[in-house]
Amino acid sequence: MARRERPVDVVLVGFGWTAAIIAQELTEAGVQVLALERGEFRDTVPDFATDTIQDELRYAVRKQIFESPERETLTFRNSADQTALPMRHLGSFMPAAGVGGAGVHWNGQCWRFLPQDFEIRTHTEQRYGKKFIPEQMNLQDWGVTYDELEPHYDRFEYLCGVSGTAGNIGGVKQPGGNPFEGARKRGYPLPPLKRSASTMLFDKAAREVGFDPFPCPAANASKPYRNPLGVQMGQCTYCGYCEWFGCGNYSKASPQTTILPVLLKKDNFSYRTRCNVTRVNTDNTGKRATGVTYVDVDGNEIEQPAAMVVLCAFAQHNVHLLLLSRIGTPYDPATGRGVVGRNYAYQITSSVDVFQKEILNPFMGAGALGQGVDNFNGDNFDHGPLGFIGGGYIALWNTGGRPILQHHLPADAPTWGSGWKKAMHDNYLTATSIATHGSVMSYRSNYLDLDPTWRDDYGNPLLRLTFDFQPNEHAMSDYLTDQATKIAQAIPGATHHVKKRDGHYSIVPYQTTHNTGGAAMGTDPTTSVVNRYLQSWDVPNLFVMGASVFPQNAGYNPTGTVGALTFWAAEAMKRYLKNPGPLVTA
Amino acid sequence: MQGRAPVFFTPQEAAFIDAATQRLIPADTLGGGANEAGITTFLDLQLAGAYGRAERWYMQGPWPSGSDQQGFQLKYTPAQIYRDAIKRVDAHCRQQHGKPFAQLDGARQDELLHALEQGKLDLGDIPAKTFFTMLWQNTQEGYLADPAYSGNRDFAGWKLIGFPGPRYNYVEDIEQFGKPYQAPFVSLVGRDPSAYLRGES
Repeated sequence: MARRERPVDVVLVGFGWTAAIIAQELTEAGVQVLALERGEFRDTVPDFATDTIQDELRYAVRKQIFESPERETLTFRNSADQTALPMRHLGSFMPAAGVGGAGVHWNGQCWRFLPQDFEIRTHTEQRYGKKFIPEQMNLQDWGVTYDELEPHYDRFEYLCGVSGTAGNIGGVKQPGGNPFEGARKRGYPLPPLKRSASTMLFDKAAREVGFDPFPCPAANASKPYRNPLGVQMGQCTYCGYCEWFGCGNYSKASPQTTILPVLLKKDNFSYRTRCNVTRVNTDNTGKRATGVTYVDVDGNEIEQPAAMVVLCAFAQHNVHLLLLSRIGTPYDPATGRGVVGRNYAYQITSSVDVFQKEILNPFMGAGALGQGVDNFNGDNFDHGPLGFIGGGYIALWNTGGRPILQHHLPADAPTWGSGWKKAMHDNYLTATSIATHGSVMSYRSNYLDLDPTWRDDYGNPLLRLTFDFQPNEHAMSDYLTDQATKIAQAIPGATHHVKKRDGHYSIVPYQTTHNTGGAAMGTDPTTSVVNRYLQSWDVPNLFVMGASVFPQNAGYNPTGTVGALTFWAAEAMKRYLKNPGPLVTA
Repeated sequence: MQGRAPVFFTPQEAAFIDAATQRLIPADTLGGGANEAGITTFLDLQLAGAYGRAERWYMQGPWPSGSDQQGFQLKYTPAQIYRDAIKRVDAHCRQQHGKPFAQLDGARQDELLHALEQGKLDLGDIPAKTFFTMLWQNTQEGYLADPAYSGNRDFAGWKLIGFPGPRYNYVEDIEQFGKPYQAPFVSLVGRDPSAYLRGES
């Protein structure tokens, strides 16, 4: 028999970015909030101190900053005719565990999606006609528009102290910024980060081939910054340990560096770590959440009653909890009916490694120090003759030069022996890489459900991922890679190695932690799990945060949009708490 | 491995690792190889620890094999893979050449490493490629990880490529385009990690 804790107003599952924002917003409104985090507490000091955290082997290679698949993982297969097998160690993506979530180990690449991204079906049908959309593609509008989200993007960017150059303020194009971005009310809170040698090479080459490069938006503070909550951030020192590390310098935006110093002092906020939520509980109607059940560090099962439940875990974990809790109709790929687990998507990446003569000192960098072009993102270019939907950015990110995982060797370099040594010696300081970062649409055959065979340490079925890249995505990614190659070819005296993304999706090599969908937002309960305010259609006192609500994925890193959607949902939750009930009538 | 009793490796295994890693990263005109960089000790400590025990991996059965896209599906930990694979490679060498791997000449050792890399040796349950990939990956780690982990002695790996070690502040240097960065090599445990390493068990 589970022990029962005292009821709270709102319980949050997870304590990363979305939980920290919701907790801050709702506690300001006088509500009592509890966050349950499966990982440990961690903070800048002592956990991310620079003499501890700059450890590539421990954090990036042995992956000690991420979730450990040991107790719970997912199973994976490319298609429904295969048997899914457990992901036994992390590879393709790196979800987090611990306070701050992936907000601790992200790079800080903080983008807004394009206005058309949110209305992609309407936009595509209008410009190219209904027949342009492949039959198996679940292309959906989000139910929220860019204009509605703009103030919330702005809040997240000012919370984080994003460094960048605006491209469009109030409809007026700005020199040096991204000419394709949606209109923003005001510029970024901080000027762009300093440019590194490699980003300057990219900038010059991209201009030469007629593209429009700009400094990518960075949640790495280019100057000392005090955010609207009064929390102070320090100037980035370009130490090159953002990606897969915590920041020891209070420069990279994370829950720890932007919200927790204020939130943790509040009497109406509390959190518990090492608490793994296994169920959202509902009453006998199935239409009202009564709280959650979790397993604590000692293995005790504990019931936590709450008037409202918010799922703030990583994308797949939110979907796993919905399926285990039997909330919403599970997606059935045979009939195409049902919604929970539908619309899983990802991103498709490729790169062009560049070998030239100038010393680039790649180890001086920052997670979001990059120069990019957006000419081939979203619908910024004519897709008519190309025959595919979607796009992505092309960027040279100078995130760092960690020796084990961030060195580049020419395609013909020997794989070991003295030849390998010579190639390492000749190329480490002068090689760089141009990345493409493309959208992935949702398809009938890509989805999440429960595995029939393998179980986690709590006795629950593992989540099962069925996913493969589709012809539309390969065509798009190949096109994007060709554009990136043009930039590489314009770098003087350079040779290059084109690394296209060929064949089936593999869970082995790292690609990106931008897993999306499974609990899509939308305007129609037959194709979405939550309404446009991220409120469950089935259980109105349950909200779902994060990239699990994306109906399909765009060509940008998702955190900026996740942050904006969280502020947008927080406003809706405040209205809900005053007058509980569905915020949208189906 | 000199003057130190291994934690994980048997003497025969240590001899194999000494020999194999020195072929993978030889000493040459560009600097010290795997032996000079302490890679056998690095590997010994890694395999004796959490990594060797696959502590963070999902190790629950059943264990069917799958597609390349589905990744690692062996029920063996890295420590078990090394132990078993080294035994089988040495048995093969004794059978074919009358001596264990460590006692063969360099050219013969290279041939065997290529055979492992191409999956051409039978190591029972463990695909030869899997063992080679793990050995080569771990060898690179030992050469390029912070010397705090007992490899990369005298900053051998970082000197080869020009990585100065974990440093805190490049605010001024980042805009010195095209100029080599010149500062002493540094580790997480300071400029002379060997002082720290002497007490390593």
